[in-house]
Amino acid sequence: MKSIWRWFHKWTSPKWFYQMSESWLPWLTGLAFILIPVAVIWGLAFAPPDYQQGNSFRIFYIHLPSAILAQSVFLFMAVAGLVSLVWRIKLADIFIKVAAPFGAAITLLALLSGAIWGKPTWGTWWVWDARLTSTLIQFFLYLGVIAIFSAMETVESAGRAASLTCLVGVVNVPIIKFSVEWWNTLHQPATFSLTEKPSMPAEMWLPALIAVIGFYCLFGAVTFYKMQSEIIYRERRSLWVRERFNSVTCQIDGGEKV
Amino acid sequence: MKELVTTELKLLYRRKQELVNPLLFFVLVCSLFPLAVSPQAERLELIAPGVLWVAATLASMLSLDMLFRHDYDDGSLEQLAFGDQPLYLLMLIKIGCYWLMSGLPLVLISPLLGLMLFLPYEAMPTMLISLLLGTPVLAMLGSVGAALTVSLRKGGVIVALLALPLFMPVIIFGSSAVVAASQGLPATGQLLWLAAFAVAGICLAPLATASAVRIAVSCD
Repeated sequence: MKSIWRWFHKWTSPKWFYQMSESWLPWLTGLAFILIPVAVIWGLAFAPPDYQQGNSFRIFYIHLPSAILAQSVFLFMAVAGLVSLVWRIKLADIFIKVAAPFGAAITLLALLSGAIWGKPTWGTWWVWDARLTSTLIQFFLYLGVIAIFSAMETVESAGRAASLTCLVGVVNVPIIKFSVEWWNTLHQPATFSLTEKPSMPAEMWLPALIAVIGFYCLFGAVTFYKMQSEIIYRERRSLWVRERFNSVTCQIDGGEKV
Repeated sequence: MKELVTTELKLLYRRKQELVNPLLFFVLVCSLFPLAVSPQAERLELIAPGVLWVAATLASMLSLDMLFRHDYDDGSLEQLAFGDQPLYLLMLIKIGCYWLMSGLPLVLISPLLGLMLFLPYEAMPTMLISLLLGTPVLAMLGSVGAALTVSLRKGGVIVALLALPLFMPVIIFGSSAVVAASQGLPATGQLLWLAAFAVAGICLAPLATASAVRIAVSCD
């Protein structure tokens, strides 16, 4: 029990996180850079064409992982928001700050790839379908979180305000998830579930699974990388950062607020 | 508690101009559509539910600023936040009074605008009920954004960015209720959804608003 608490307390230390992320970062980056090209090339060139949609379904290998991440990144942000509001852990604030732009970008990718896929299969770029609309709302929520960080003057108030926004905005995630089941919409229901066997052959779903894992690794890598630089910036006056980046911190301290 | 209600109402009542401005905005936006789209009754009838709901939403968003701004500027918000009364309850009262003075007048003048936009008479009661159920939800959700941005000098656009995505479900169900009623279809389902939103909003939003107020007053 004691060791669990010690492990938990470590997460409050930016220094520990910095060192931990340094050892994780090359692995995550490497995995992302291997898995995503493998999945995309496999999916685009070698997976069998769909019996109905032909080759146009291949954008699925971009659309599915980005749509999954669009939802789960917000979920992560809401969990971090709860952690930040309850335990006042600075790392959680930093996570929200760096995850929001990634989430917005990946949601935009999901919307754009969906639009490109929609044109040949549905005959239109966009419909005001429940899932599409709720994903669009999700995109706006990400932009709201980004706007808070740029509007608030101190990092503490920005972090806490953004945490609260994430917690309030997370109501949208189950709406997106279940929109295809609650309403009769054009968008198909979930393709995969954790409990059932996939309805497509292995050579079709395996690249999709690899792509999802690759996108998560990319998210981890980008987040860790950006969190590192945010930590260095926020902790620039602390001893361990000064010792590590002696020359760099002098420059930051010498200038005005960056 | 009772004193807070009367002071709140008095304070709001004394800022008449700020209460009237969003109403004027509501009327003006609604009267832009006949000029911009078409003055024909058949066309206006079709867009009336959506126009009324969108204009009502924008108007209630405009008035959000007065909910906490003055109290924040004169320091009484801080007193409330650090007082011994539960902030959740105080916020509920504050938002309730604010809705009485800004949301309710909006609902009351909406039939007039409905007439101007040729909304069918059968749809009028549904429109009134939908706005009566929907505007408290807008006030509740908007109060979170208003409290979060109260410490900012230029909070207006951020409030819109935070609140409008959350307002969307309310607009969807509100206007679809009015559309259904104007086509002679039952609108009970949508109205029940709005009622559910209202109950959930009244129960949960003051909690978020209270912690948003704490964030705003503790970070100066």
